[in-house]
Amino acid sequence: MAKIQNRNKAVSVNPLKSSQPLGAAFAYLGVSGAMPLFHGSQGCTSFALVLFVRHFKETIPLQTTAMDEVATILGGADHLEEAILNLKNRTKPSLIGICTTALVETRGEDFAGDVAGITARRTEELAGTEVVLCTTPDFEGAIEEGWSKAVAAMIEGVTIPGIRNRDPRKVAILPGWHLTVADIEHIRDVVESFGLTPVILPDVSGALDGTVPEKWIPTTYGGTSVEDIRELGTCSQVIAIGEHMRAPAEALRQKTGLPFALFRSLTGMKEADRFVTLLAQLSGRPVSAGIRRRRAQLQDALLDGHFHFGGKRIAIAAEPDHLYQLASFFVGMGAEIHAAVTTTGASVILEEVPADSVYVGDLGDFEELAAGAHLLVSHSHARQAAERLGTPLMRVGFPIFDRLGSQHKCTVLYQGTRDLIFEAANVFQANQHEHTPQSLNPFLNRENDHDSSSPSFTRH
Amino acid sequence: MSLKAKIEDVFNEPACDKNQGKEAKARKKGCSKPLTPGAAAGGCAFDGAKIVLQPVTDVAHLIHAPLACEGNSWDNRGSGSSGSDMWRRSFTTDLTELDIVMGQGERKLFKAIREISERFSPPAIFVYSTCVTALIGDDIDAVCKRAAEKFGLPVIPVNAPGFVGSKNLGNKLAGEAMLDHVIGTVEPEDVSDYDINILGEFNLSGEFWSVKPLLYRLGMRLRVCFPGDARYHEIASAHRAKATMMVCSTALINMARKMEERWGIPFFEGSFYGVTDTSEALRSLAGLLVKRGADPALLDRTERLIAEEEARAWAQLRAFRPRLAGKRVLLNTGGVKSWSVVHALQEVGMEIVGTSVKKSTVEDKERIKQILKDENHMFESMAPRELYAMLSEHKADIMLSGGRTQFIALKARMPWLDINQERHHPYAGYSGMVELVRQIDIAIHNPVWETVREAPPWDAEGNVSGKDELAVSGSLEDEAITTPVRLFRKFAAATADDMGEC
Repeated sequence: MAKIQNRNKAVSVNPLKSSQPLGAAFAYLGVSGAMPLFHGSQGCTSFALVLFVRHFKETIPLQTTAMDEVATILGGADHLEEAILNLKNRTKPSLIGICTTALVETRGEDFAGDVAGITARRTEELAGTEVVLCTTPDFEGAIEEGWSKAVAAMIEGVTIPGIRNRDPRKVAILPGWHLTVADIEHIRDVVESFGLTPVILPDVSGALDGTVPEKWIPTTYGGTSVEDIRELGTCSQVIAIGEHMRAPAEALRQKTGLPFALFRSLTGMKEADRFVTLLAQLSGRPVSAGIRRRRAQLQDALLDGHFHFGGKRIAIAAEPDHLYQLASFFVGMGAEIHAAVTTTGASVILEEVPADSVYVGDLGDFEELAAGAHLLVSHSHARQAAERLGTPLMRVGFPIFDRLGSQHKCTVLYQGTRDLIFEAANVFQANQHEHTPQSLNPFLNRENDHDSSSPSFTRH
Repeated sequence: MSLKAKIEDVFNEPACDKNQGKEAKARKKGCSKPLTPGAAAGGCAFDGAKIVLQPVTDVAHLIHAPLACEGNSWDNRGSGSSGSDMWRRSFTTDLTELDIVMGQGERKLFKAIREISERFSPPAIFVYSTCVTALIGDDIDAVCKRAAEKFGLPVIPVNAPGFVGSKNLGNKLAGEAMLDHVIGTVEPEDVSDYDINILGEFNLSGEFWSVKPLLYRLGMRLRVCFPGDARYHEIASAHRAKATMMVCSTALINMARKMEERWGIPFFEGSFYGVTDTSEALRSLAGLLVKRGADPALLDRTERLIAEEEARAWAQLRAFRPRLAGKRVLLNTGGVKSWSVVHALQEVGMEIVGTSVKKSTVEDKERIKQILKDENHMFESMAPRELYAMLSEHKADIMLSGGRTQFIALKARMPWLDINQERHHPYAGYSGMVELVRQIDIAIHNPVWETVREAPPWDAEGNVSGKDELAVSGSLEDEAITTPVRLFRKFAAATADDMGEC
């Protein structure tokens, strides 16, 4: 069980986190025809927007209530109303997803009351557009929390309550934010191969998968339809992926009575086995030859790949569920977690991370803790640490702005685990340090030898 | 000397125990068993020659052949170089059909030598003949001689075309080329009573660099470590050493013996694999040097160093005992490595459940026998199917072998460690032994084994048994893990032979 430790210091050096409203907006972006709206000053939106664009290389619909000095003093409800009406008129979205920011949260307003008032007053004007709200101040949480809150908000605001007629073939999937476009597509394929119909919320695979539409669309295109969110109660089973999806799954259960199965990770043989078994049981169908073949390929990848992981020290900086997914993967391959740094300390998954300690910190802490590791695993901002430490960086998560195609890397189920093995093993192979007369000289290496005179064993 | 005479000469090796145990007639036939078409394994004589010479770092290695000989085999060895990287470049004459038909081979070779000498100016070029160029009668000796005069650098012919025999023969022919053309051609100016040669050490993964500092601490000086990290001028002046250690006995015994004959350099066979073997090697080197005029104080120095280093190594190895004691090892490799590694592994409490002795000498076998106490654990060679069966029945916990049997172990879901030339870890010397044991520990305890041995939760048709309580609110992480079931899987009979030592 990992000990969760806070780094007690005033200054954050090279932040690891992206802000909570960004995470919420990210979730709204997985809904078709959606328009995320930051309730804050212009900068809040523009920074998030730029980061999204750098990562996805797409136009990202993201709007702002553009709080100015006067609104900040007198209250932002007018700005909120104006923004909603403007968005409705100009982009005709099917959903406006409001994320509050630190500015308005610090000021402290009754946003729920404001929104209720606006939608009640403007029923006619807003017909055909759902307006949902989540409170996501920047001063707490990070992407994970924001995403989780936005999904819960959409369920609470849009899904029809009550126990409905359930379609035994319909399965609701609530993926965590750290699943890529390729992950979502792969999960959909696997679920469909059992003759089941997946309803995925949010579904970034349709919205952020880098396609070229025939016309200009100001909102998101692709993703979960608002109608599907409304009809979630007609599914027969919910599958949540990642501990941070427990809250939305719980919200859905409260609202519709639907049972949920929570998978903390879908990476790794055991996890994939459980997922596939669940689908086979839900559908009553056998596991297809194709999936069985993927499993056999993963077995071989485990065998071929493990040589490169044994005895390696890995330093990971990522959001809690992502950290758990990656750390479990590396430890399962025979590596050990040299340093684990995460964004926020609230998630229960952190205790399950297979490391001695998990530090809630930044990339500055990461750089300190990662010294001596063979591999850094984090997003693009860790590249400076990688350069200074002379240690290779495997880019995962968000943002990845200096490599292309991160959204199309599959990391889940048999196929994704296989690819992940190859990706990491290739980083190891590309960065093999050649032995030198100095590095092997038994007399020279004696000084630092003392700390390791009891040879370091791999932890399992 | 003609190639035929050379081969006969090489086969008639008085320093080889195996050879001397034979009848005069059988001795003449040589040591390579005739190959069985369709059931042969291992490399050819060219392969053997190139393996031996390729680690010489500053030399340009030029292969006179159509593409396959070099094109399919280059950049495949992990010897370390502390200087030039010339040896890693691949040079071949890449003969075309037209070259062969029109008899352009010699001319192309000559031009190739010129281009190399002009563009890369290496201190020497080694030219290798191959099946095709030998067959069409290209006289590489003559071309090398002319080129050497013309371009003013040593151009050394290596006559070991593939068809003349096995890889082992090629090893020896390579040694002959050095004896005939290189060793003794440069007189060193700094001869001392402490000069030694190490022959048959390949410096794989730079592992000799863990040993060299030990020698230098004792005040010894290396004339050459051949071929690992060797430079041309070091080989050329190797004849002034006072003592030689032979590391890989089967490969270069002729070289050691002839150096003793010609220049009076005594030699012994030793190994840097294993703690006691390393000590023994240091002791023998010191002993030989003292006999040849070095200050006897060297002996005391050596004993002191051995005592210190052994104590250190044992202490480090002891830490692994709790994790490795009782683990069963299957050693599937030939040559000297068998007994020295067997000894070392027993030192950490591991049990040897089998070792191949295919390339071991009578003496090696005797040594293994003494260590193992059970002769049944020795085998000449094992068919892949048997090997697979043995591993999949879990009669061992790990196999140590060369790359060729890697997949037999892996497909049987059995830990495996490469102890041959493709490996990436240095295992020589005291620190190397600790590294080997550390790697065994890492391999055996990798959690991946449990994962790959786990049977899928469905039957052969993909049917999931029973409708368990899976669709529940909450998490699934407490699901019971299905018990591991090992599946026996047949696969094509590849070669189980571990060719390719040295």
